[in-house]
Amino acid sequence: MALAPAITDLEQLKSHPAVARLLAWNTAAVEGVKFDRDEMTIYITRSAIREACVLLKEDPACAFNYLSDVTCVDWLPQEPRFEVIYHLLSISKKERVRLKVRLPGDSPVVESVTSIWPGANYFEREVYDLFGVRFTGHPYLRRLLMPEDWEGNPLRKDYPVEGYR
Amino acid sequence: MGHMTPVPVLEPAADKTMILNMGPQHPSTHGVLRVILEIDGENIVRIMPDIGYLHTGIEKTCEAKFYHQVVPLTDRIDYLCPMTNNLCYVLAVEKLLGLEIPPRAQWLRVMMNELTRINSHLVWLGTHAMDIGAMTVFLYCFREREQILRLFEAISGQRMMTSYFRIGGVSLEPPLDFFDRVRKFANTFPSKVDEYENLLTGNPIWVMRTKGVAKMTAEDALALGASGPTLRGSGVDIDLRRDNPYTGYENFKFKVPTATEGDVFARYMCRVAELRESIGIVQQALDGMPSGPVKADAPKVVLPDREKMKTQMEALIYHFKIVTEGFAVPEGEVYQAVESPRGEMGYYVVSDGSAKPYRVHMRSACLANLQTLPKLCEGRLLADVVAAIGSIDIVLGEIDR
Repeated sequence: MALAPAITDLEQLKSHPAVARLLAWNTAAVEGVKFDRDEMTIYITRSAIREACVLLKEDPACAFNYLSDVTCVDWLPQEPRFEVIYHLLSISKKERVRLKVRLPGDSPVVESVTSIWPGANYFEREVYDLFGVRFTGHPYLRRLLMPEDWEGNPLRKDYPVEGYR
Repeated sequence: MGHMTPVPVLEPAADKTMILNMGPQHPSTHGVLRVILEIDGENIVRIMPDIGYLHTGIEKTCEAKFYHQVVPLTDRIDYLCPMTNNLCYVLAVEKLLGLEIPPRAQWLRVMMNELTRINSHLVWLGTHAMDIGAMTVFLYCFREREQILRLFEAISGQRMMTSYFRIGGVSLEPPLDFFDRVRKFANTFPSKVDEYENLLTGNPIWVMRTKGVAKMTAEDALALGASGPTLRGSGVDIDLRRDNPYTGYENFKFKVPTATEGDVFARYMCRVAELRESIGIVQQALDGMPSGPVKADAPKVVLPDREKMKTQMEALIYHFKIVTEGFAVPEGEVYQAVESPRGEMGYYVVSDGSAKPYRVHMRSACLANLQTLPKLCEGRLLADVVAAIGSIDIVLGEIDR
């Protein structure tokens, strides 16, 4: 069980096409990078996520044209509390990249990517439903899995696994 | 009960249209899918799927379980392809742990995974054909499915909820005559696929109900996040088994069937061709099955053999430790995607260094594929909705989790 330690140094990773493209566009948009277990993670500032997705999708060197997944992790009691995670896939390059946006617990709001990939619709609704993260610009931000009149967001860490709330 | 009130409410947009509710208890919605339709005579104006009736909070439950206790939960997400879900989860955890899996376990996994794909496609073919009115195919498909379920029972003790793949390998060495039984099945199966095709592919009623129905372009399919045969039926050549090989798929030769028409018939042809490719992979796995252990040499993670537990003190101690307190997984996160019968099944597992996963997220192929339904049914007739739902092959257990 030999695991290589994660690389988090931006200097070592800036040759990665996605990182290079984002840095060439706006160095302030990239908050950090992580290369761990052969998977690339890029931390993006909240305000830049939609434009970053457009760039990575349109740029021929990256060509991340397929949105695999949008999900969220609740890091209570840490701040910023929420991490919204986008898994992108490049079908032509057969590569994946993970984008992350950190959101504070008191205002978990981020711009929706449904205008780039309409398929983000259900994924974002699921995150909204189970975590209470709001996506601005989403065409139909309603609960997806839980009943419409449900109170609370079940996948938050302060929501108990069993028993009554 | 939010679901008791008709939310989301669609209001008729014009005088001559009406709202029609379909499901959640409807035989051709493949589970508990509710679809709200606005129709103008027989024509669909708008269509809106409503899901969540089978939501059991599996992702939340996973956070309270040890890593090895999550495996049986993954069966229950998609009850038609349990082993694919097992595989995806154990691959993710093995990647977090940095575990090396012995070749025999990998080949067993590939073989069982492909049998699972055949099993799932057979249920799809039978129910899809029955939805459109071809009753006979259902009986034929379930005849072969029964044989596969017997194989599952022989190898894992369970017909449907197999939990056969474990973190670090597979749970048991297959029984003595198992490979002979699989070979017997694999030798006869191609002729059975011919039988299904005889009943459907040239059947004028089947062709009329499926050709040119519920079309989708490659651009739309990609934008909506479709995957698997739903995407390949629209002409996008992608298969994660070939493009991002996992668990030894790089050692196998197989074709990835695609079709360009993007209609129900194209998706049907893709899946039927996949049946033949899958049985080819099973044959290759049988021919080249390596010998050796079926579990990784990692006593802190993998449960010891039953026999050793009765004779060796260490084995007993490790067994006790794993069962009572689990095993710690190094901090990190992994997204592992596999090609399930329905498309890209992904597990995103986050570890905080403890013995329980901090977060387990399942990327459901069906959830994304279901989003294509409005696109497929736009401007079509009411009867085509049933064909369209059948052609994207959804399992509601996986959509709702």
